[in-house]
Amino acid sequence: MVVSTKMALEGAHASAQAMRQINPDVVAAYPITPQTAIVQTFSQYVADGEVDTEFIAVESEHAAMSACIGAAAAGGRVMTATAANGLALMWEELYIAASLRLPIVMSVVNRALSAPLNIHCDHSDSMGARDAGWIQLYSETGQEAYDNTIQAVRIAEHPDLLLPVMVMQDGFITGHAVELVEVADDASVKEFIGTYTPKYSLLDIDHPVTFGAWDLWDYYFEHKRQQTDAMSKAMKVIVDVGKEFGQVFGRTYGIFDAYAMDDAELAIIVLSSTAGTARTVIRELRKKGLKIGLLKLRVFRPFPAQELVAALKDVKAVAVLDRSISFGAMEGAGPLFLEVCAALFAAGATQKVVNYIYGLGGRDVLPEYIERVASDLQEIADTGKVKSLVNYLGLRE
Amino acid sequence: MAKENATWREANIAGLVLEPGCTAEYNTGTWRVLRPVHDMSKCTHCLICWVYCPDSAIVVENGRWVRFDYDHCKGCGICANECPVKVDAHEYTGKAGKVIQMVEEKSWEKEEKC
Ligand code: SF4
Ligand code: SF4
Repeated sequence: MVVSTKMALEGAHASAQAMRQINPDVVAAYPITPQTAIVQTFSQYVADGEVDTEFIAVESEHAAMSACIGAAAAGGRVMTATAANGLALMWEELYIAASLRLPIVMSVVNRALSAPLNIHCDHSDSMGARDAGWIQLYSETGQEAYDNTIQAVRIAEHPDLLLPVMVMQDGFITGHAVELVEVADDASVKEFIGTYTPKYSLLDIDHPVTFGAWDLWDYYFEHKRQQTDAMSKAMKVIVDVGKEFGQVFGRTYGIFDAYAMDDAELAIIVLSSTAGTARTVIRELRKKGLKIGLLKLRVFRPFPAQELVAALKDVKAVAVLDRSISFGAMEGAGPLFLEVCAALFAAGATQKVVNYIYGLGGRDVLPEYIERVASDLQEIADTGKVKSLVNYLGLRE
Repeated sequence: MAKENATWREANIAGLVLEPGCTAEYNTGTWRVLRPVHDMSKCTHCLICWVYCPDSAIVVENGRWVRFDYDHCKGCGICANECPVKVDAHEYTGKAGKVIQMVEEKSWEKEEKC
């Protein structure tokens, strides 16, 4: 029987609470705004003896992920957290963690990448890591950050996957905002995540194993094929774990959260906290009779192409909101838009699509921006024409 | 041993090597540029070279120097550097120096052929 307590928590503290309850074997981390609140709070739990975790305060994020890889290869349940340039400094190790099939769980509190120097939210950090082989879950609220972190352990460690998982929340907007978060009792979380027994580990001295050996033209290709196969199995595991989480804790999770999509002719796709703003605007527009809905994507890696195509099948026009730019991509579009376009095209779909870049470097997302998107969508649906493929919300032009 | 030419479904996950010491079964000394050569007549069998060799490529039996394992020697020259015993004219090179000396792998290949 789950006994939950409602706590007023910042998003980052909600993640730290989840980490405390998960009680990982090893956390290796380096502070960076706006993630610091997670590891600082967690290190307090370590100092207070509330967890058994070996906390390694390292000299950089490169070292943080390196230590996580070593600890995970040794057979531990391992977690860390980072943001922005810290994530960028982990680049080499992100690929290694995924390629060695180490189920590390990492919180990313999304923040713009330098330069110019900026500490506020956008998704350029985690989007840059989208091809590193990590599963990516995006959270709208502190509650989702908490819930996703707990589920991430189960997803990562699933024997079909053994893939690292990144759990995102928006820097400051979610990370530093106080919201009511339902925190379950420690025992229920402990039972839900279970114990982790790795099949291969460096500390299993009766079965010696070498991690990260030389792998040339004769086998590297096969190992990459295995990796992409594991990723293709992840969607089912994510859905199963989300369902089970719902049965136990009362909040069910899927691939995306559909709002007012049933009879929608227009749709907006967005990640994380901006879904809240979009939902509010859509609720008002629905009252005025506009047939518009929202798809808030929770899972970006693996990308839910088939599921999105199905969810959009009766829609005439789709707007994709991107909080980062894929520089040099088609018309400077955002990564989410490119994925949506690819999914629709490959499925032979004929919906009109339009992209909006918004909120870079923490630029506020106002309701009127979403209203503009809605009226553009209406015009696109009426005329069948997209005047401008990639647009900017809240930019001084 | 992992199956030869395993398909991606058969290959060990993440390229993990599950048999300790399995390099013994492979020839890893294919890219050696320099080759150590040894003068048995002057060797004192102190085994300092054996201690220092990073690739366990010096074969010792009953406490005595036997041969180089050229399938695993990388030609790094550490043994030649560490060997403490001097010779006036090396059995292979004819040069003054140590009991282990380094020669070009290519020159050796030619000699072996002729
Ligand atoms: S050259 Fe290097 S690898 Fe070869 S036997 Fe000497 S020390 Fe060992
Ligand atoms: S170090 Fe020199 S003398 Fe000693 S065993 Fe090796 S070759 Fe012989």
